[in-house]
Amino acid sequence: MASGNTILQFSPSSTNLSAKIHPIVLFNICDSFLRRQDQAERVIGTLLGSISADGTVDIRNSYCVPHNESSDQVAVDIEYHHSMLVSHQRVNPKEVIVGWYSTGSGVSGGSALIHEFYSREVANPVHLTVDTGFSSGEASIKAYVGVNLSVGDRQLAAQFQEVPLDLRMLEAERVGFDILKKTTVDKLPNDLEGVEASMERLIVLIDEVYKYVDDVVEGRIPTDNSIGKYLADTVASIPRMSPAAFDKLFNDSLQDLLLVLYLGSLTRTQLGLAEKLNTAAQIL
Amino acid sequence: MANNMVRSFRDIAATQEVASPLRVVQIDGLVILKIIKHCKEFMPSLVTGQLLGLDVGSCLEVTNCFPFPSREEDEEIEADGANYQLEMMRCLREVNVDNNTVGWYQSTYMGSFQTVELIETFMNYQENIKRCVCIIYDPQRSSQGVLALKALKLSDSFMDLYRYNNFSGEKLREKNLSWVDIFEEIPVKVSNSALVSAFMTELEADAPVSQCDYDRLVLSTNPFMERNLEFLVECMDDLSMEQQKFQFYYRNLSRQQAQQQAWLQKRRAENKARKDAGEDPLPEEDPSNPIFKPVPEPSRLDSFLITNQISNYCNQINGFAGQSFSRIYLMDAIHDN
Repeated sequence: MASGNTILQFSPSSTNLSAKIHPIVLFNICDSFLRRQDQAERVIGTLLGSISADGTVDIRNSYCVPHNESSDQVAVDIEYHHSMLVSHQRVNPKEVIVGWYSTGSGVSGGSALIHEFYSREVANPVHLTVDTGFSSGEASIKAYVGVNLSVGDRQLAAQFQEVPLDLRMLEAERVGFDILKKTTVDKLPNDLEGVEASMERLIVLIDEVYKYVDDVVEGRIPTDNSIGKYLADTVASIPRMSPAAFDKLFNDSLQDLLLVLYLGSLTRTQLGLAEKLNTAAQIL
Repeated sequence: MANNMVRSFRDIAATQEVASPLRVVQIDGLVILKIIKHCKEFMPSLVTGQLLGLDVGSCLEVTNCFPFPSREEDEEIEADGANYQLEMMRCLREVNVDNNTVGWYQSTYMGSFQTVELIETFMNYQENIKRCVCIIYDPQRSSQGVLALKALKLSDSFMDLYRYNNFSGEKLREKNLSWVDIFEEIPVKVSNSALVSAFMTELEADAPVSQCDYDRLVLSTNPFMERNLEFLVECMDDLSMEQQKFQFYYRNLSRQQAQQQAWLQKRRAENKARKDAGEDPLPEEDPSNPIFKPVPEPSRLDSFLITNQISNYCNQINGFAGQSFSRIYLMDAIHDN
């Protein structure tokens, strides 16, 4: 270190650090952004979740924290942050602070200060930015981790390094995207409508596959062995049964269901009758 | 003339506002996701939480919610729970979230939620809030691909009856109230803000199939049906016990009436004898005689609730069987191909 050259040391980003975000966090952030005070340009808040052993950060919940930001000063309501944390942990003690979020694109100077505050709470906080202004024309959600730039032994600055973010929204899929994408949905689909919709989608898929296979056979589209193998596997996965065995299975299940249905209707009739008898009995 | 046009303040304050009946509950996507997350995490134990929102005309908007911590031991002080609630509401107020309680949500197991506690909680809420609703979510059924969320409210006629705690047969016949009238189900609408909807549309391109479809088309249906039937049978046992109570009551009543008649006859004969002998007749009633004590009539509330439960199970079976039929025929078609 005695030489005059400055050596910039980039400490490598924590290996395998990636973040996974649940859809509820996104909804929370958007909701708090919509409800922000008029003079605030952006909102910040705390992210809760868990850190798994291999370094994946699972962001499961969040809450907004009021803050004041001017050009050179940042003030965060720490007491609010702590009381909300306590309340949340009363319900779910396993959720801990894993980082913080802010709306608006890019990272600003104020963010560095806030990031430092959060790094006092957790070892390696994740900073999530959600671009609610859609400034780049598309939805951008990015996660960053703070990395310290040091020259020799001296701390120069902190750099925000982007970290891969997994946006797979499994629960949202379960609920059904139709409900979550539109601004209003008039009616929640019940059992039969749901199955109908699923079957329609299945038919569409099968049609597409048919078309693809036809195209390949006629030579319109170059063959792709991996897809071909995949299709062959899928078709082969239908269990082969002799027609007699399958018919028996089919009829048995059908009859079981019909029986149960019949019992159900019988019960309801019985209830109606019992009701009439109970209240119609005249007491002399 | 000016007096006719201008109603005095007192007049206006005196006219009561007619509350329009609640027609629809509008839930935010955020609330749905929160409820699902909370209920699923704590499955199989049942959890509850508070709903916050606004009451607008004939629509009740639910815009946010927060979960209640689960109470493991009973010595958990009431004050603690109340403190938690106040703390949460205060914090949420600071970030401009609607601060009005409009009800609560709870998770249920296989649709067995009609209990007396539910009614009591309703009555508690109703005293403070004009309009409140309870959202019931069934995480088990939702794993079948159906979003099993419904909004319930007690019907007004039932509430009046419950307040006076009078469930005799005559009162019920008067009001024409049967077990279907206890709970009213209110249609649910889902709304999302434009921002969130933009995000969701961008982030998740229209995939042809989603996990939801996989769940719906699963063929193994037996466990669910079995559990449903088990619960149904248990409920039938309970119902038959209630019926026996009624039978007992009626038998007692008729026996008592027979006794009363016999006693009356004896009295009349006695009186005739006395009249013949020229003495004053004895009164025809004798309230001190134990046969005239009225037999208490058992309350019908429990049997109503059980009936409701049974009907719910039957409905679920119906819906489920419908799904299964479609799936079985689908399998048939695929197999033929």
